[in-house]
Amino acid sequence: MKRNDKLRIIFGRLTQAIPSIIGIIIVTFILTRALPGDPAVYFAGPAATEKSIQEIRTSLGLDKSMLEQFWIYASNLASGDLGVSVSTGLSVKEELIRRLPASLELTFLALLFSIGVALPLGIAAATRPNSWVDQLCRIVVTAGVSLPVFFTGLFMVYLFYYILGIAPAPLGRLDIIYLSPPSVTGFYTIDALLDGDIETFGAALSQMILPAITLGIFTLAPLARMTRGAMLQVLSSDFIRTARASGLKRSTVLYTYAFRNALLPILTTLGMVFSFMLGSNVLVEKVFAWPGIGSFAIEALIVSDYAAVQGFVLAMAILYVLLNLTIDIIYTLVDPRVGLES
Amino acid sequence: MRRRDFLKTMGVASSAAVIPFLKFLPAEAAGRDDTLVVVSGNGPNSMDIQRKGTNRPSYQIAVNLYDRLVGYSTKTLANGTLMYDYSKLEPEAAESWVVSPDGMTITFKMRKGATFWDGAPITAYDVKWSFDRAVSLGGFPTVQMKAGSLEKPEQFEALDADTFVIKLTRPDKMTLPDLGVPVPIIFNSELAKKHATADDPWATEYLHRTPAGSGAFMLERWDPGQQVVYKRFEGWKNGELPGISRVIIREIPSASTRRALLEKGDADVSLEMPPKDFAELNASGKYTITGVPIENSMISIGLNLNFEPFANKLVRQAIAYSVPYDQIFKQAAFERGIPLWGGKSLTPATIEWPQPFPYNTDYDKAKALLTEAGYEQGFEVPLSFNLGLAQWSEPMCLLLQESLEKVGIKATIEKIPGANWRTAALVEKKLPMHIKDFGGWLNYPDYYSFWVYQKDRLFNSMNYSNPEVEKITDATLKMEVSDPQYEPNIKKLLSIFFEDVPLIPVYQPYLDVAMQKNITGYQYYAHRQLDCRSFNKASV
Repeated sequence: MKRNDKLRIIFGRLTQAIPSIIGIIIVTFILTRALPGDPAVYFAGPAATEKSIQEIRTSLGLDKSMLEQFWIYASNLASGDLGVSVSTGLSVKEELIRRLPASLELTFLALLFSIGVALPLGIAAATRPNSWVDQLCRIVVTAGVSLPVFFTGLFMVYLFYYILGIAPAPLGRLDIIYLSPPSVTGFYTIDALLDGDIETFGAALSQMILPAITLGIFTLAPLARMTRGAMLQVLSSDFIRTARASGLKRSTVLYTYAFRNALLPILTTLGMVFSFMLGSNVLVEKVFAWPGIGSFAIEALIVSDYAAVQGFVLAMAILYVLLNLTIDIIYTLVDPRVGLES
Repeated sequence: MRRRDFLKTMGVASSAAVIPFLKFLPAEAAGRDDTLVVVSGNGPNSMDIQRKGTNRPSYQIAVNLYDRLVGYSTKTLANGTLMYDYSKLEPEAAESWVVSPDGMTITFKMRKGATFWDGAPITAYDVKWSFDRAVSLGGFPTVQMKAGSLEKPEQFEALDADTFVIKLTRPDKMTLPDLGVPVPIIFNSELAKKHATADDPWATEYLHRTPAGSGAFMLERWDPGQQVVYKRFEGWKNGELPGISRVIIREIPSASTRRALLEKGDADVSLEMPPKDFAELNASGKYTITGVPIENSMISIGLNLNFEPFANKLVRQAIAYSVPYDQIFKQAAFERGIPLWGGKSLTPATIEWPQPFPYNTDYDKAKALLTEAGYEQGFEVPLSFNLGLAQWSEPMCLLLQESLEKVGIKATIEKIPGANWRTAALVEKKLPMHIKDFGGWLNYPDYYSFWVYQKDRLFNSMNYSNPEVEKITDATLKMEVSDPQYEPNIKKLLSIFFEDVPLIPVYQPYLDVAMQKNITGYQYYAHRQLDCRSFNKASV
């Protein structure tokens, strides 16, 4: 496939995403308004009177008709203004810029950890079904799905911080004595390296290890299971038998032929797991005081902070679109038979 | 900001101590003598208490970074805990004040030599601008000012730079105490005005992010959702210079993590933990746990008079006799509070508030009352609580449900999320039976009645109305406590509360704070946030 074709296809994909994003904007707008709970009452504060609630309602623009509110929201959005989150007092754009990298950084590391454990485990289990490795894989998978994240998180804190004292205090992205590195990407580890500050890099990384493992344990289950299943299927197919019969090396058979063919379902799972991790690691964020996007969204939902909820959903929608696109492109690299048109 | 630059800004006086600071491990950094590390569940969402939507944790900004004209003095409670005393005011930005004989004018003299952080003197013009702002912005600050009869800008006048005058429309015992609450802070008006625009004459956008005050601490860093860092304002003249030079307040959402941080010594002060944790830490004897009864606050059960059975006084009294007070106090509150049941008589002996109501757990009496009211078959009632307070209200509801069953009342528990709570309980007032935790800032029964018992008030989630309560509350609200009419009136008011019981108090909760043993000087304030000015930290 020519380079130009590929670009054209990517562009086509992005344009295809526009209607769905518009749809999401409309649906989120309506859904947030349908939430029970009245933000004006909530934000009027403890000593509110009927009059002060009314004043808040006016200042939030909630006294206008739905259509009018939507028009204001849409035109602000067109100029890149996501509105102000009333609960945190900052603009939603600012919040997303600050919190999304925190979540992404953690999610990437967690994903790295879970790929690092799940893939070898899954492959080993598939090549030796019913051996001890397979049993181990089964135990890990069962434990991974069945242990609630807040439990694993608290247990990790208890063991590695409280009892053993080898993990740093779970104080968020950086310990008290460090200052955040000058922001370039918003990823503390990368920013610290760009700044040439190894000490802060180490501090930021060490803060991430426990939460990343906690998240990783939860997500490696579907990955390991999918790897094992896909590998088992591929390994029993004809072309593998042929490859073996032709006397190819075991590693060539396993990695070049089998694993590459098993990679497609694994990639799909990976995409799903990634997007799932990003939005729903609220409990990990709570336990480790991580200033991520998940807890921001939950808090916003609880207090009916419309702008924040809308901004969060929109950001996630865009992220999903990009993620799906990336995965599709990786598909074509892994398996040339997969055409992007299909 | 780079770390190196940050250290440079820390001032010459502390620089000697700063050099080893960096080499220290985190755990030891927290142990530094002049830095206080606080972990809290929630952080401020604004630097401006007068802004719309400002949350409770932001009240600490108003106390630590800003000055008021007056502050409250300190009293020592029986258990040695320090607590504010609003009945005795202390000068803060005002050096002295005089109340005119008719009680209609209060004249303040500003303190000489006191300045804002930028060196500008604090003048009466700054006070005028700040008070005008508080009564003009609308919402919470305006309501709170009104509680002290401060309603419009015409009431405030700066005679010259040193003299500020408040003109009242009626004498009010709340006016002076109301100047000591966190709301009427003094802004650096010249600085603020530079950032005001035609659309935003009160510089709300600027002051929301950038404090402009004269308080004992200055803002060093604010990472919303993560931390606030204060450093001491070395030129503070409006009180004794704080013993702590830096305060780091980190937001740690999980209470279990906060407890672990305290126990490992990485935090000096831990706030907002469940009563169970405070009870356990207290029993361990390794930490200082300070529990101060929250003034004018009661954990109680609200009975909505719009729900048919509760319209009958006898049914309400029957419920008050079926509450398992002792069990709730032990198993839900872990005894972190003061019991408010088991009073002796329907006529109150004192005007102390809150005081125990004359009820205890007595199922036979409850059944007799229900029979008398015609409800011997019992009835079904939804029992609601605020999910945000589930730590203690859920066990409380379960215990209550169990005991109500003994008198034939079937309660179904409904959990209501935080934001909906205000709408359902306070605005629509539609919850038949619910758990309340209201507390007023100024500790008078008439003030409590004004918010909770008077007809149609926001916190009157019981839809209670009684003409006599209306009359007595209106009459006593502005009355001096020394007025001979005050005590008999309040006693009458309390006896109505006792007899009508639209609200069944269970206990007065503690505000608990857990500290390392070397931390002293904690002082409780009505706004339930830390006043960092009085803290001291001894070397370990």
